[in-house]
Amino acid sequence: MINTQDILETINMIREENLDIRTITMGISLWDCVSEDTDRLCTKIYDKITKRAEHLVATGAEIEKMYGIPIVNKRVSVTPISLIGGASTPEGYLKIAHTLQKAADTLGINFIGGFSALVQKGMTVGARNMISVIPEALAETQNVCSSVNVASTKAGTNMDAIALMGSAIKRAAFLTKDNNSIACAKLVVFANVPEDNPFMAGAFCGVGEPDSAINVGVSGPGVVASAIRRAGDCDLSELADVIKKTAFKITRVGQLVANEAAKRLDTPFGIVDLSLAPTPAVGDSVAYILEEMGLESCGAHGTTAALAMLNDAVKKGGVMASSHVGGLSGAFIPVSEDAGMIAAAERGALTLEKLEAMTAVCSVGLDMIAIPGDTPEDVINGIIADEIAIGVVNTKTTAVRLIPAYGKKAGESVEFGGLLGTAPIMSLNTYSPAKFIRRGGRIPAPIHSLKN
Amino acid sequence: MKAVITVTGKDTVGIIAEVSAVCAKHEANILDITQSVLSEYFAMIMLADIDRLNIGFSDFADTLAELGKSKSLMIHVMHEDIFNTMHHI
Repeated sequence: MINTQDILETINMIREENLDIRTITMGISLWDCVSEDTDRLCTKIYDKITKRAEHLVATGAEIEKMYGIPIVNKRVSVTPISLIGGASTPEGYLKIAHTLQKAADTLGINFIGGFSALVQKGMTVGARNMISVIPEALAETQNVCSSVNVASTKAGTNMDAIALMGSAIKRAAFLTKDNNSIACAKLVVFANVPEDNPFMAGAFCGVGEPDSAINVGVSGPGVVASAIRRAGDCDLSELADVIKKTAFKITRVGQLVANEAAKRLDTPFGIVDLSLAPTPAVGDSVAYILEEMGLESCGAHGTTAALAMLNDAVKKGGVMASSHVGGLSGAFIPVSEDAGMIAAAERGALTLEKLEAMTAVCSVGLDMIAIPGDTPEDVINGIIADEIAIGVVNTKTTAVRLIPAYGKKAGESVEFGGLLGTAPIMSLNTYSPAKFIRRGGRIPAPIHSLKN
Repeated sequence: MKAVITVTGKDTVGIIAEVSAVCAKHEANILDITQSVLSEYFAMIMLADIDRLNIGFSDFADTLAELGKSKSLMIHVMHEDIFNTMHHI
């Protein structure tokens, strides 16, 4: 029989320490839906998504029951819409966004990702048309998520695309000003975007992906924090071991759920994303892990080192537990979604500059950060450019998801509710990078991209 | 297929009998039982063969959870694989 202590440990992880499967995301390729006629394209997209993912939500619920572990989200990601709707006008792209929402409603899923464009090297007419309606698409739908990849280590940085994103973010904030500028929470700007990411808002089904695939994202900051607490006064090598063992256990559950979902949905298993994804629930925070490691507050000097060690140990523990690892794989530091980060920002210990440094050593980037509503567009562009540069130079994924909360100032906060949490509005350095951004063009790829 | 049934909470008279009765009614064959007291908590763990279960897994889990609620106990039914995968390589 299975060891009693093991059973109680597992149950304790789930009931007391918020261990859950954050998401089962079904990637669905839409290549076979391509049509020059927008109405026909929309019909085919709707039919393909609703047929392929017909049983996703019910299957998720069954697995949840069978293993007794919560599966918080069931999601769908699709081939980047800028590609599928390549011949569309801006109005056509908007129509596709509404089609995605209709499919999400039919399926009862939490989010649908893939209103996305890959423009790291340049923009097609289609991509430009799609990007031009991102604010409207996000404001007029509830569950559609959008992402734009503006740079890669291989291609360099497309500054023209970054300049468009600052304006798209501001407009999305304005269009949803009566709802805390919520549209911005569904829009993320990437460098080196992964093509099999199960997490929103950046999930899409990449061009090299199969017709459909099951990608799973695990969670469990609370479990790691408790394990560190139990480990007591040990040195950092021992602490790394504790984190690795915990990450292994968490990831094994992710792999189990992924295998079962793939089998039941008759869909190939894609990847498990080795992530520590926090929620606003007390005890489910990455910041608390860092504080448990010995920092007085997340954001203190030493935070980057602690986070680097945590992130590395999570990967080392997780990689052996899964047959295929992918997605973002790392500790997330979304400010509004993490009770400890919110507290650290409110007490002034955690600043935007420190967060930027932290993103150099973990996944993913400046995530869910509320900034003053009157922040100039170019300052937003500058924040994006800096964050993207960290990703490009370090050959890693970085991303920016900012909420310039319309009509609000630094020191106030915005309440999104649910998994998106509460964001304290952070003050910014507003000296202008306008002239640099407006030069446009591309920042060349770094020398170490030349690997052949 | 085997399920692990865990009962945790304050000790009560007759709880094993009642859980066993539900198992018998739905043809879950009890293979093993262990019981321990962890700090103030009573913890009983049953391993049951559920291949011949005469209701759905989910209904079986709900029935036992309801029984738990009525006795102020926590009763969980989980597939054994979650424990095997998590704790054994």
